[in-house]
Amino acid sequence: MTETNSTQLIRLSAAQLAEKLAAREITSVEVVQAHLDRIAAVDGGERGVNAFLHVNTEEALAVAAEVDAIRAAGGAAAEELHELAGVPIAVKDLIVTIGQPTTAGSKILEGWHSPYDATVVKRLRDAKMPILGKTNLDEFAMGSSTEHSAYGPTRNPWDLDRIPGGSGGGSAAAVAAFEAPLALGTDTGGSIRQPGAVTGTVGVKPTYGSVSRYGAIAMASSLDQIGPVTRTVLDSALLHEVIGGHDPFDSTSLPDPLEDLVAAARLGNVEGMRIGIIKELHGEGYQAGVENRFNDSLELLRQAGAEIVEVSCPNFQYALGAYYLIMPSEASSNLAKFDGVRYGLRVLPEDGPMTIERVMGATRAAGFGDEVKRRIILGTYALSAGYYDAYYGSAQKVRTLVQRDFDAAFTVADVLISPTAPTTAFKLGEKLDDPLAMYLNDVATIPANLAGVPGLSLPGGLADEDGLPVGIQLLAPARQDARLYRVGAVLESLLEVKWGGPLLAQAPSLAASPVVDPAAMLVDAKEAK
Amino acid sequence: MSADATLSFEEAMEKYDPVLGFEVHVELNTKTKMFSSAPNVFGDEPNTNVNEVDLGMPGVLPVVNKTAIESSIKIGLALNCKIAESCRFARKNYFYPDTPKNFQTSQYDEPIAYDGYLDIELSDGTIFRVEIERAHMEEDAGKLTHMGGATGRIQGADFSLVDYNRAGVPLVEIVTKPIQGAGSRAPELAKAYVAAVREIVKNLGVSDAKMERGNVRCDANVSLRPHGRERFGIRSETKNVNSLRAVEHAVHYEIRRHAAVLDSGEPVVQETRHWHEDTRTTTSGRAKSDADDYRYFPEPDLVPVVPSREWVEELRATLPEPPAARRKRLQADWGYSDLEFRDVVNAGVMDEIQETIAAGASASVARKWWMGEIVGRAKNADVDPGQLGVQPATIVELAKLVEDGKINNKMATEVLDGVLAGEGTPAEIVEKRGLAVVSDDGPLLEAIDAALAAQPDVADKIRGGKVQAIGAIVGGVMKATRGQADAGRVRELILAKLGVEG
Repeated sequence: MTETNSTQLIRLSAAQLAEKLAAREITSVEVVQAHLDRIAAVDGGERGVNAFLHVNTEEALAVAAEVDAIRAAGGAAAEELHELAGVPIAVKDLIVTIGQPTTAGSKILEGWHSPYDATVVKRLRDAKMPILGKTNLDEFAMGSSTEHSAYGPTRNPWDLDRIPGGSGGGSAAAVAAFEAPLALGTDTGGSIRQPGAVTGTVGVKPTYGSVSRYGAIAMASSLDQIGPVTRTVLDSALLHEVIGGHDPFDSTSLPDPLEDLVAAARLGNVEGMRIGIIKELHGEGYQAGVENRFNDSLELLRQAGAEIVEVSCPNFQYALGAYYLIMPSEASSNLAKFDGVRYGLRVLPEDGPMTIERVMGATRAAGFGDEVKRRIILGTYALSAGYYDAYYGSAQKVRTLVQRDFDAAFTVADVLISPTAPTTAFKLGEKLDDPLAMYLNDVATIPANLAGVPGLSLPGGLADEDGLPVGIQLLAPARQDARLYRVGAVLESLLEVKWGGPLLAQAPSLAASPVVDPAAMLVDAKEAK
Repeated sequence: MSADATLSFEEAMEKYDPVLGFEVHVELNTKTKMFSSAPNVFGDEPNTNVNEVDLGMPGVLPVVNKTAIESSIKIGLALNCKIAESCRFARKNYFYPDTPKNFQTSQYDEPIAYDGYLDIELSDGTIFRVEIERAHMEEDAGKLTHMGGATGRIQGADFSLVDYNRAGVPLVEIVTKPIQGAGSRAPELAKAYVAAVREIVKNLGVSDAKMERGNVRCDANVSLRPHGRERFGIRSETKNVNSLRAVEHAVHYEIRRHAAVLDSGEPVVQETRHWHEDTRTTTSGRAKSDADDYRYFPEPDLVPVVPSREWVEELRATLPEPPAARRKRLQADWGYSDLEFRDVVNAGVMDEIQETIAAGASASVARKWWMGEIVGRAKNADVDPGQLGVQPATIVELAKLVEDGKINNKMATEVLDGVLAGEGTPAEIVEKRGLAVVSDDGPLLEAIDAALAAQPDVADKIRGGKVQAIGAIVGGVMKATRGQADAGRVRELILAKLGVEG
């Protein structure tokens, strides 16, 4: 690939980069530098994407150089390199990393450096994937727009006046804006999938327990899951295999060996598969353009040989309510450790006695944003003596009912399908003062978290009314993540034909970036198939 | 702080019936902590036995220590408890800087062991059954040291230091059901119960069981009700009563204090009390009310603990003999009379005697030293005998010195005092203090002649066959030699001199 320049490099998928690195057509240093250049060009400034909270220039280049040296030397060491060695990645700033700050998007952790690596970060390092930096998020992952970050909102690369989804808006926007080919996100109620939907990227929430949570700053322990954020289904499968598998540091980690997810993505066959439309997760309350793109996908899958069935999950209507009791309850306890005693921000009371309670109070008052406080108060209340049964207890019962709905649905369908989010990206500030409207963004994604089942969102085209990306969500039974990749890969390739190439090729190139030749990109994309 | 009014114990017993309850915390001696791989070691430099989990760093997750579960099951079985088929941990939420996460991970409504009992032998040999409500697993908190205040408590302190070495140390909390019917033996029962628990966990090998290090800690609940009334009175909970003697004294004191409160017509305040070893009194701690809300909920970062029945039975098969059987065996091995053995048990030195015998002393020598010397010294020092710091090896060495005739018994007790004062080993103290039996008979014979001359009537009695009168002459010789003579040898020489058969 003699013509390679940095503009083309950033447009390649991780699978394409891996192939070219292995063939020594390109170097990892070139790849990392191209992405660092892109970040420098589009991320900063008043109208920048603001996907990154920290850029890890030196370390990323050093890891890249190490991979290049190993490849250049050849021999066993080069043979043993991981498939994705040298392919860079961005990490959501909720996941702790040695050598870089971790803020969780909060003032309360400003300047804090973790003394240990998250298990997923260790696995990235073992695979020698250069970490480009840490991405923006709603504070402690609490939000659906990334507007609740203490470090300013991230902008949607499709329209800089719109939200990139949340909480993982930084990871999704970084991937959508070609600042990184891959990113890690975390998904508690949709924080990987919903940003994927509104930025035209692929996001996967794996089965609960299939990716270690050790080192992901907990919001709601029973719901949180780390997963891939990418531009293609195959890339998600590749990354999922790097980070997945049992971890003795996470007691909720499944002992099962990981399925062959990459093979499933490469297989991409839906013939004879039963795909279930969830009656409760489309129609009323969903934007017309979203509904249209959803119907397109159903039609394409039908044409490819799938059997489309309809299933009803009657208890999903209570899922949002149950989620907003369980999540804040767990969060209120998980966030108690941020008290200014051992690390992070410490604020002393301005006057009055200097007691430990008052120091903790002043620190938390100054360090937490409004949405975090709202959820801590909600959760504290829901767990209070006398209210526990009515709130937390009832919510756990709903959770069981949601799981039963899934169990029943999966007896008649192999995979379920729905729109990922009810609307396309809304304007920055539009829902900031209306928490309930904000919470409704996750109505279709939350059931999967409550039940622990895996979900994948992929771009389903652009909505007619606003030309913005629409996400299609696939859901599979627990431990059957491979099915998502198998169906996702088919749908992705059919949609690419329908839309004349990867959807992101139609995104604005962003003012500061060099002009891209879409034709050249399409050639690259086809080469990889 | 003015002292609380009290009634005499006798008067309190006349009017009221005490009900007791105990929460005994046992620190397990696992290699690592309850939920992390940091070492579980006592006495190291502060904040050295900690990792990111113990410090509650962002993102960390707990992993249950399997050995701690095994130890908890053993304790449960030894307390005749049922072992749960499945049980969970919960979070107890409260803000306090000794708890790094601001919640304690503890079992709440699903203890690993429940519904047991322990038969307690009182000093007269009667058996009192204490019902066990539950034994559950939890993690210890860090240790706070409050600096600058007069009381050593957080109130009035200038600042506090925190050591997280203890944070995350595995604990088993053993909770009794209300103990009724002990009457005036309540203080004795309290001590005997805690001693029995300590003995069990020590014999199981699951805890170092040193009360002075806080390996076994007792919270004592006391309430009184008028005789004949079914309903319990309002209780107080005296926290951290950390010696056997203190447990006895604290219950004794609380009974007297409650009685005075009830006599005055006031209600007893439900509260925690602090124990003061120096004054043997308690003072009011924190009012305990329904307002305490720990917002318990199941710990979502841990999966349920599901001990298989096979495993439980395997562990049951490894249990050491129960305390009663062990006592029977030890008494037989040692050849003590019933009375001698009961005295040993009541003095709380059975384990110490066993260790001393294991170190090489004979059973009679071990008993002589512990019962004859050390128990009395401990009483004077107001500590439990085991806390005095006498090592089994010290006793073996002392006994050997006496046996070899290097020192006599009187000197040996002096040497023991020297050891307790930290002057060194027995041999070093003998050397330093110039203690040695006078073994040259020359000076002894002179002293004997002098003693016989001083008491001619006694000498005549001995000659006449009243050998038991010899004590007066031996005493004179010992006085003259300032105790440095071997009394046995003196006796022999006197008898030889007077031509009498001993």
